Amino acid sequence: MSSSLETRHLQVGYEKTAVVDDVTLEVKAGEVLTLIGANGSGKSTILKSITGQLAPLGGAVYLDGRESTHLKEHEIARSLSMVMTDRIHPEYMTCRDVVSTGRYPYTGRLGILQQADWDEVDRAIHLVHADDVAGRNFMKVSDGQRQRIMLARAICQSTPVLLLDEPTSYLDMKYKLDILTSIRKMARERHTAVIMSLHELDLAQKVSDRIACVGGGRIRKVGTPEEIFRGSFLQELFDIDEKSFNTKLGTMYLPAGTGKPQIFVIAGGGSAVDLFYRLQRENILFAAGILGDNDIDCAVAQSCAVQTVVRRGFFPAEEAQIERARQLIDLCRAVICTAEEFGPYNEENRRLREYAAAQGKLKSETQAIQEVLHEC
Amino acid sequence: MKRYRVTFLAAGAGLIALFIWNLCTGTVQISAGEAFDILLHGIKDSTQGHVIWDIRLPRILAAIVLGGALAVSGFLLQTFFGNPIAGPYILGISSGAKLTVALTMIFVISRGFQVSSLLMVVSAFVGSMIAMGFVLLVSIRVRKMSLLVVCGIMIGYICSAITDFCITFAEDSNIVNLHNWALGSFSGMSWDNVAVFTVIVLAAVVFCFFLSKPIGALQLGENYARNMGVNIRLLRVLLIVLSSVLSACVTAFAGPISFVGIAVPHLVKMSSGTAKPLVLIPGCFLGGALITLFCDGIARCAFAPTEVSVSSVTALLLAPVVIIMMVRKQEGVRE
Repeated sequence: MSSSLETRHLQVGYEKTAVVDDVTLEVKAGEVLTLIGANGSGKSTILKSITGQLAPLGGAVYLDGRESTHLKEHEIARSLSMVMTDRIHPEYMTCRDVVSTGRYPYTGRLGILQQADWDEVDRAIHLVHADDVAGRNFMKVSDGQRQRIMLARAICQSTPVLLLDEPTSYLDMKYKLDILTSIRKMARERHTAVIMSLHELDLAQKVSDRIACVGGGRIRKVGTPEEIFRGSFLQELFDIDEKSFNTKLGTMYLPAGTGKPQIFVIAGGGSAVDLFYRLQRENILFAAGILGDNDIDCAVAQSCAVQTVVRRGFFPAEEAQIERARQLIDLCRAVICTAEEFGPYNEENRRLREYAAAQGKLKSETQAIQEVLHEC
Repeated sequence: MKRYRVTFLAAGAGLIALFIWNLCTGTVQISAGEAFDILLHGIKDSTQGHVIWDIRLPRILAAIVLGGALAVSGFLLQTFFGNPIAGPYILGISSGAKLTVALTMIFVISRGFQVSSLLMVVSAFVGSMIAMGFVLLVSIRVRKMSLLVVCGIMIGYICSAITDFCITFAEDSNIVNLHNWALGSFSGMSWDNVAVFTVIVLAAVVFCFFLSKPIGALQLGENYARNMGVNIRLLRVLLIVLSSVLSACVTAFAGPISFVGIAVPHLVKMSSGTAKPLVLIPGCFLGGALITLFCDGIARCAFAPTEVSVSSVTALLLAPVVIIMMVRKQEGVRE
C-alpha cells in the first residue's frame, strides 16, 4: 500500500534560506504522525511546505503516491485538508457556514451545496461535538469552539490526509482532550492519515502512532512514542536538563537547585508530591528518602530534590541506603514525614522518623518551612 | 423567507420608486402617467418626450448601471485586500482614471476631434491600472490597512492636483465641460455612452457573479482558499482587472463618485445578514444602483435649478457610514 502522504528529501524554508533540510516522512492511512521540536525548529515550515503555502526549496511531496506539483488544484483539495494557526475573520458567517466551506471542492461552478453535502457538514459538526454552536456567528464563539469548527471544516472536506498545525494551542484541557479524541477517531474510523505538530509532549506521547523530532535543521529521529520517549533524547532535543522532564509521566519540572539540603522529607506512596512542589516554590533545597524506584514520589523527587535516597521497588532498603539517609538528616535543619503507613517494605522510614524525632528535628510542614525561611 | 430575499425585494421596490421619481421630477415637471405614456409609445417629438428620452432616461440608466458598478468594484477590492475599508475612490484608483481621461480629452479635443466612448473607457482603465499599480506597490511594503488607505488618499490627491493643473491651463473652451465632469456628474449622457457602459458593466458583473465561488473561499484567507483548490494568483489578477474595469467605466463617464464603492457593500451585508458573494454581488449592484440613483435625484433637485455634484451628495450621505464602520471595526479589535 502506498503512503497517503510522503515527503522525500524535502528542503523547506523562506526565501532560499533552508530551515529544515532532507525531510523524508511518510504517513499511512489511519496513522497519526506528530512533529515535535523546539520553537522555531521548523515544524510549521514543514507543514506549510506540504500544503503548498510555501514553495519547497527542494525535494517533493507525494499525495497517494503522486507528486503534488503534478496535481491540479482541485485534486490537491480533495486529497489534503488542513487546520492552520492563521486566524480567520469571516463576516456574517455562522459556524455551520464556515464548516460548509470544506465541501468547496465537491460543489459546482457557483459553489452551491447539495443536500448530501449538508449532511456531510452536519456529520462533521457532530463528530467534533459542536452541534450546539453550529448556528452561531463564528466570530462570536470561543477560541476552543472555533478550533473545533475549523477541525470539522477540515473533516467534511473528506480527504485521505488531514494536516494540523498546533491544533491544541490556546485551548483549555477539555478542548485539548476533545480535539485529540476527535483526531484519533478520524484516524481509526475514517482511516485518515493525520500529520500534525504539537507543543504538548505528554499529549503527543498519547495520541501519536509515530513521532518525528525536528531539531537542528533536520529530522533528528522518527519512531513510535516508546522509542522517542526512551532515555534522555527528548531532553537533548529541547536542550533542557535531563531531570527537568520525566519521560514516563510526560511532566515538566522546574530545575532543582544545587547545594546543601535544608529539609529532609520522609516520603512514600505519592504523599509528598504537593510538598515537593511547595518547597521548590519557596526556594528551599531539600532531600528525600527512602523511596522505592516504583513510587511516584520517587519520580518527582528525582527531578526536584537535591538528593534522593532510592531503594529497589518491592524490596526493603539496604543498610548503605539507610546510612545515607541518616547522614542527610544530620545535615538538614528539619525533617518532615509525609508517610502515614509503614509496612514491611518501608519499615526503615519509621526508624528514620524516630531518629529525626530523637534529634528534635521532626517538624510539621508549616513549622519546618517557617523555620528555614526565618533563618534565611 | 430568507432575510436577503426580503432585502432584495425591498431594494427592487425602492429602485422602481426612485426610477419613477427621477423620471418625473426636475425643472420640467411631468406626471407619472404622462411619463409612462411617453416611454411606452416612444414619443420623442414633444418637449416632455425630449426631456425624458434624451435627458432623464440616459441619466437614470447611468446612475443605475454605474452606481451598481461602483459598489461591485468596491466589493471586489475589499475581497482583494481582505478589509472592508477599501474602495476605488478611497484608494485613489478613481483619481488615476480621472487624470488619464482628462489628459486624453484635452489632447484629443485640442486637436479638434471628438472623444469616443470607448476611448474614454480605455484611457480610464489605463489610469485605474496605473493608480492600482502604485497602491499594490505600497501594499507590498505596508501591511497595515490604515496606512494603505492613507497612501491611497495621497495618490488620489496627487492625481487630482495634476488633473486640476491640466484643466486650468487647457485653452479650448470645450474643456469647461471637463470641470463639471471632474467633480462627478451623470448629466449629459448620450445613448451612445449608455450603450457602451451598459455592455461593459453588465459583462463584468456577470463575470464576477461566476467568480462567487472562489471569492467566497478567499473570505477565509488566502491559505485556506488555496487548500480549497482556488488558483490564488489568477483570482487576484481577475479581482484587480475586474474592479479596475468597473471603476474605470464609472470614472470615464461620470467622473469620480465618492464612497459608494466603500460603503454600499457594507450596507448590503448588514441589511441582508450574509457575506456570501452569490448574494452580495447582485446585492451590491442593486444597492449601488439604488443609492446612486437616490443621490443623483438629490443632486438634481435639492437646489434646482442649480445642480450640485453627485459626489458631494454621496460623500455627505455615505462618509458617516464609513466612519461608523471603522469605529465598529476598531471596537471589534478591542474585544
